[in-house]
This record gives sequence, structure tokens and C-alpha cells, in this order.
Amino acid sequence: MNYSDTSIVASTTAPFLSLEGVRKTYPGVVALDGFSMEVRPGEVIGLVGENGAGKSTLMKILGGVTRPDTGTITVDGVAHDGLTVEGSLGSGIAFVHQELNLFENLDVAANIFFGREPLRGGPLRLVDRARLRTQVAPLLKRVGANFSADTPVSTLSLAQQQMVEIAKALSIKARLVILDEPTSSLPIAETDKLLDVIKALKTEGISVIFISHRLHEVERVADRVVVLRDGMLAGTLPKSAINHDQMVKLMIGRMLKEREKASEAARAPGSVALSAKAVRTGAYPDRPVDLDVRHGEILGLAGLVGSGRTELARVLFGIDERFGGNVELDGQQMALGSAADAVAHGIFLVPEDRKLNGVLLDLSIAQNISLPNLPAHARHQLVSASAEAATAEKQKNNLGIKAPSVATRTGTLSGGNQQKVVLAKWLAMNPKVMILDEPTRGIDIGAKAEIYGLMRALADAGVAVLMISSDMEEVIGVSDRIAVMHEGQISGILDKDDFSQENVLLLAVGKKPR
Amino acid sequence: MSKKDLGLLILILVVGAVVAIINPRFLLPINLANTSNLIGLFGILSIGQAFVIITGGIELSVGSVVALLGTLFIDFIAVRDMEWPLAFVLIIVLGAIIGLAHGWLITRLKLQPFVVTLCGLLIYRGVARFYTGDGTAGFAFGQNFPELEFLTAGRSYGVPNSFIALIVIAIVMWVVLHRSVFGRYLYAIGKNEEAAKYSGIRTGRVVMAAYVICGVLTALSAIYFAMYTRSISPASHGQFYELYAIAAAVLGGFSLRGGEGSLIGVLLGTVLLQELQNLVNLLGIPSSLNFAVMGGVILIGVLVDQQWGVFRARRLMLDATRKGAAGAPAE
Repeated sequence: MNYSDTSIVASTTAPFLSLEGVRKTYPGVVALDGFSMEVRPGEVIGLVGENGAGKSTLMKILGGVTRPDTGTITVDGVAHDGLTVEGSLGSGIAFVHQELNLFENLDVAANIFFGREPLRGGPLRLVDRARLRTQVAPLLKRVGANFSADTPVSTLSLAQQQMVEIAKALSIKARLVILDEPTSSLPIAETDKLLDVIKALKTEGISVIFISHRLHEVERVADRVVVLRDGMLAGTLPKSAINHDQMVKLMIGRMLKEREKASEAARAPGSVALSAKAVRTGAYPDRPVDLDVRHGEILGLAGLVGSGRTELARVLFGIDERFGGNVELDGQQMALGSAADAVAHGIFLVPEDRKLNGVLLDLSIAQNISLPNLPAHARHQLVSASAEAATAEKQKNNLGIKAPSVATRTGTLSGGNQQKVVLAKWLAMNPKVMILDEPTRGIDIGAKAEIYGLMRALADAGVAVLMISSDMEEVIGVSDRIAVMHEGQISGILDKDDFSQENVLLLAVGKKPR
Repeated sequence: MSKKDLGLLILILVVGAVVAIINPRFLLPINLANTSNLIGLFGILSIGQAFVIITGGIELSVGSVVALLGTLFIDFIAVRDMEWPLAFVLIIVLGAIIGLAHGWLITRLKLQPFVVTLCGLLIYRGVARFYTGDGTAGFAFGQNFPELEFLTAGRSYGVPNSFIALIVIAIVMWVVLHRSVFGRYLYAIGKNEEAAKYSGIRTGRVVMAAYVICGVLTALSAIYFAMYTRSISPASHGQFYELYAIAAAVLGGFSLRGGEGSLIGVLLGTVLLQELQNLVNLLGIPSSLNFAVMGGVILIGVLVDQQWGVFRARRLMLDATRKGAAGAPAE
């Protein structure tokens, strides 16, 4: 890539966008309260805050979806009481949402210019494909894409798809790109690519608002960090003051307790609980995997997205077909034909996609918790609502699930509390092996720490814990050992002494650790 | 009883009152008995359908099964001189086998319910016509089965026994659907089959059982229909009955996506449909308009329900934001 060296010096320029005393209330709740901030051209703002801090409302105001009750929004020197969707787009504010809005069945070019395709003229309104491609190529170059305009979007990785979204933003001559949790589902290597794109935007004078729960990424890329708490500006950190602890302190208004770390005293490893013997998955049917998880340990399973970790977990849980090999539990070979078999043996999975696979959003908390163990909550096959409520009540207190009651619909809970419901249904059944696939994705910091604590408590109680995670801080901070997968195989296992981001990354891309 | 069911009940009463005012014959015991007999027959059928719909499936072969099993039943007892209790059991077993076959194709071979049961609809109808040589299955002059006739077409204290059978079945199935472990699994699978699987439920077996229940209840109603008409021409007997059953479920608040609906709902749906049939007859509306009236009422019913749902969702959201405000500072 070739960018001019004259990156715009932020502090000397007039702000592109400024908010002044913005207040927004919804019936009975103050979502934003006298919030002010500025974004200068070419500035990367890290916007952080716990779930419910007001970030979404702020985004809606900037996108023109809602109007603030009071306050002014100044874009390019023109003051507004509120923006409209067209006004927001017209002044060059573009969004890249956490959930991407791409048509997977179309190619890159068609996605970028969807609805604005250059036409050949004539009554048939045919798309001028040649012109389309020449227009898309430079955009892709600007975001550093390593794929071409006619690649089908379905074949792109998540990071590449985000590049398409950013290229789309550039195509409408965006001057401010707002990235909402762009890295929450990206593996480490892909995250680096995305952060590079942000830096490239910056050198072009395009401003970026980067919203993320992954604070070390904010640390790496932001020029300034704006922290929201309870709808108010909790503080602004200049480049020199951006660090993890400061951000957390501002976000939650206090210092977190000692970050969750395995106690330094070497733990005596327990016996092998779950053992995969030459297990083959549908994703890599020619690559046998051997992996042991011991009682009392948290084994982190790291690797790039697509390295076969989730597929391995699904096979171990009996959901996916096994293409070969055996699974042993405490040295005994297991008949594992379905998830029901795994559950009967005390092997539980907290799946990656909470809303799709983890909980039934329409059922109550109690009904979700009792579901895997319903016969135990029934007499003569008739469900006892009071037995369900008793179990759920106990778990609700244990895990600190925040909800009015156990009869509350699970769909109304926050992500962190939904995840606790998933955990609760398994904790109520005395797990032997607990497999957690990305257990803290999209969950705010307070709830994350609680989930780490729970995993540790499980391990201390002798449960074998297998945690799949793409969050480097998490893998290193929580695990007792780390196994790394690369293209369907275990490329290495690290003991506590060898933990480092570098080693995990090297193994993830198939190289030897140092 | 949910608000939805209550609304449906009120609609039934209002329509009934209007019809009774226009044509007082509506309330004559003979009319009520006839209508409740039909409610009994279609109700048993509709409850079976409801168990399939709750899983997100559909059973289109119901009408053809009614024709085939009805033909076989009459043939067994009238032509082959089989003892009727034996024939009765055989037919029920056949219904279960048909349900099992459908369930197996759908859960094990992953075929779509619509496709499987559409093929069933065509196959069973064809087999029934072939079996009788496209003739009519019926009883010879003077053939009588007093106990069977009493149980199926008879009355106790003026109430048709078919209606009493429906009430008994409805009570049992209400417990199964709304109180049992199996019923909870049905709802869970209908809402989100993947999540149910991830909770360790053997979803294939549960869905298969739903189709078996549907097959058994359909077989039972096939016997009732056969004893009601007493002669069956397989080319037309039971035609569109699957649609009556689906319509009753949909009117009763079932979602074709699965996971929603109550047993009382499907019962009330059946009652309303038969009331409408009766209305067409009593009010002198040309009987050719029969289907149009039913279609129109179902459409309006579903539309009202849908709009009510949107309204409720909005209100819930408002409540949630209010509660969120009250709860936030405490966190």
C-alpha cells in the first residue's frame, strides 16, 4: 500500500463532529445524560463502556435513527438538533455493525455498490460490470484487501467481510467510520489486519470511532479513549494515558479485583478425564486429533477461526458425526452417538452461538435450566413447576443471574445473564467435563470476571474444563495449559511457563514456539 | 386458558348468538347434537395435527389416511367378517405405522415434512381407490354392529358419543401437551430444535412420536368418520380434511413455525369451523360459498391475532425499558 506521509495532525484541525450536552431519555430511563465529545479528522476514538452504558443510544443518534431530547450535534461546522438517516449518510458518517449486512450469495463488487450499480443505460437497466469492477478495485486497495472484486462473499473470512463493509463505507465517501465491536468474533491474526485497516483510514484523514470490549485492541489503535458509564461521560483518556486498568476503572467506577489468574502455586494435575483418541471431524476428516483434558484443569484451546476447534468440541459433545477415532471418559471408551449420550455421561457444552444453540429465548429461565434434566423435575412424567423453580432459584442465587424472577423470559436478559443461564443448566447437573466455546464473547467486563471465576471454581471441584477462546488475554489469563490448533490438528500444547502471546500465535499459524 | 383462547371463545359465542337470533333452529337439540358430533370427529383429527404442527412440521396426508383406513375398516368388518374390536385395533396400529414411517423419513432421512406428507396424500388416496376398484365400500343391507354403532354414532343422554370421545381424548392430550416431560420437549423443539439438541434431548425420537400420535388419532377419527357416513367412496371421502385440521390449529393460535399453541386453542378452532359450516347451512347462504366463508374468517382471525401480537410486543418493550430504568441504578 502506498499512502501519503502527510497524516493530518489531529489537534490543530477543527473537529469533524462534535456533540454538546446530548441528552436522550426513554420512558423512565435516561440513556444519555449531557454527553459531549469531539471527533477530529483522522482521529481514532476508542469508545468503551459496559453494556447498557449508552453506546447503542449514541450510535442511534449519530446514525439519525433517533433524535436527542436536548443538545446539539455539529457536523462539519453546521449545528443540528438531531440528525436524520439521510443527513447522517450525506455528511459522511458510515457504520460497520457487529452483525455484518452483506449478501453472502453475491460477489464483493455487487455488495459494495448494492443499489448504486453503474448502469449501461437503455431500457433494460443492465449493470455495467466492467465499470463496476474498475470502481471497486481502488476501494479494495485502500482497505488492503487480498481478494478481488468478483470473489463471492460467502468464501471470505469474517475479517475480509469487514473489509468489504469498510470499502462500502469508503465508496460513499465516508469521513467518519464507526466500527461497532468489529473484532468480537475475529481471531487474533485477522484482528491485526483489521487494526491495520483502521490505521490506513487514519492516514487518509478519515475519522474512526472504534467500539470494543477488547481493551487491548483499543489500547493499540486509539488516539483517544472516551469512556461511557450510565449514560454519562466517565472520562477521556489521551493517547499517553490509555491503558487497560485506567479504562476498566473508568468503565466500572472502581478498580477490578486482581485480574483472574490461576493461582501461581503449581496445581497437581489430576487424572485424564476426557480423552480424544485420533478423533476426526467433518471439517478435517483426514486429520486425527489426540487431546487429553484432565480433572481439575482449565485447558485453553486456541487457534485461528476455521482451525477446527468448534468442530472438535461438537464432536466431543456428540452433536456432530465422528469420522473416526474414539472418545474416552476416565479411561472408558464411550458410546457417543448424540448429545444426549454426552449429557448422560456428564459431558456438557456451552456453545459458541448462545442465542441459536445455548438457550431457548422464548422459555423462562427455570424452563431453560431444567430442560436437559427434565425427568428429574417430574413425577410420573409430569413436570413439577415447583421443582423447576427450586433448582432455578438455587442456580440464580449461585451465579448471580440478574432477573426479576426465574419465570422471566430468557430472551429479555442481557448477554451475560443469558450465558449464566446456559452455565446454570449444566451446573445443576454435576458436570464431569465442561466444554466452553467462546464463553465470554459479547459479554461485558463484570460478567466476564464472574464467568472466569465460575470456570476456576469448577476446575477446583475436579471438573475437567476445556475452553475454546479467540481472546488472547483470556486464553493466557485463565488457562492452566493451552492447546493450540492449526488446520485441524493440535500444533502444540503449552505449559504455564511457556505462556506468551507470541508462542500461541506461532503455534496457531503452524510454526514452532520459541 | 390464555387470553387468545378466551378471545376465540367469545367470538364463538358471539357468532352463535347472532346465528341463533337470525335462525332459532340453531339451538334446536337436533342441530346442536349434529354439530357436536361433527366437532367430535374433526376435533380428534385436529388434535393429532396439532401435535405435528407444534414441532414445526405439517401432516398433509390426513384426509387420504381417513379415506384409506376408513375403507379398510369397513372392508374388514363388512366383507371379511373380522370381529370389530380386532379390526379396530388393526386400524389404529396401521395409523401408528403410517405416522412412524412419516416420522422416520422426516427425522432420519431429513426429508421435509411437507414433501413426505404430500406424497402420503397422493399415495394413500390412490391405494384406497385401487383397493375398492374405485367402487364404494359400505355395509350390506341388514348388517348391524350394535356396540360399535353405539360407541361411534350413538348418543348418551342426548350427547353424541363421538363428542364425549373427543372430550376424553382432549383431557388426556392436554395433560400430555401441557404438563408432561414429552410436551415440554415438543414445545422446546418447536421453538428451537438446535438448542433442544444442545440440551441433550433426543429430538428425532420426540418428533417421530408426534407423528405417531397424529397417525393414531387420525386412524381413530377414520373409524368414526366411516361409521358416520357408513359408506365410503375413496375418491372423495375425507378430501380436504387435512386442511380443516390445519385451519383449526391455526385459528386456535398455533404457529406453523412451531412451538406455539394450546390444546384448548385447537379445540375452539374446531368448534368455530363447524359453527361456520352450520351457519352457512342455517342462514341460507349458497353452500358453494362454504369454503369462501371459512377462508375469510380464518384470514380475519389470523390477521387480528397478528396485529394483537404486534401491539403486545410494543407494550412489552415499553415495559422492559421502564423496568430497565428502575433496575439500572441498583447494579
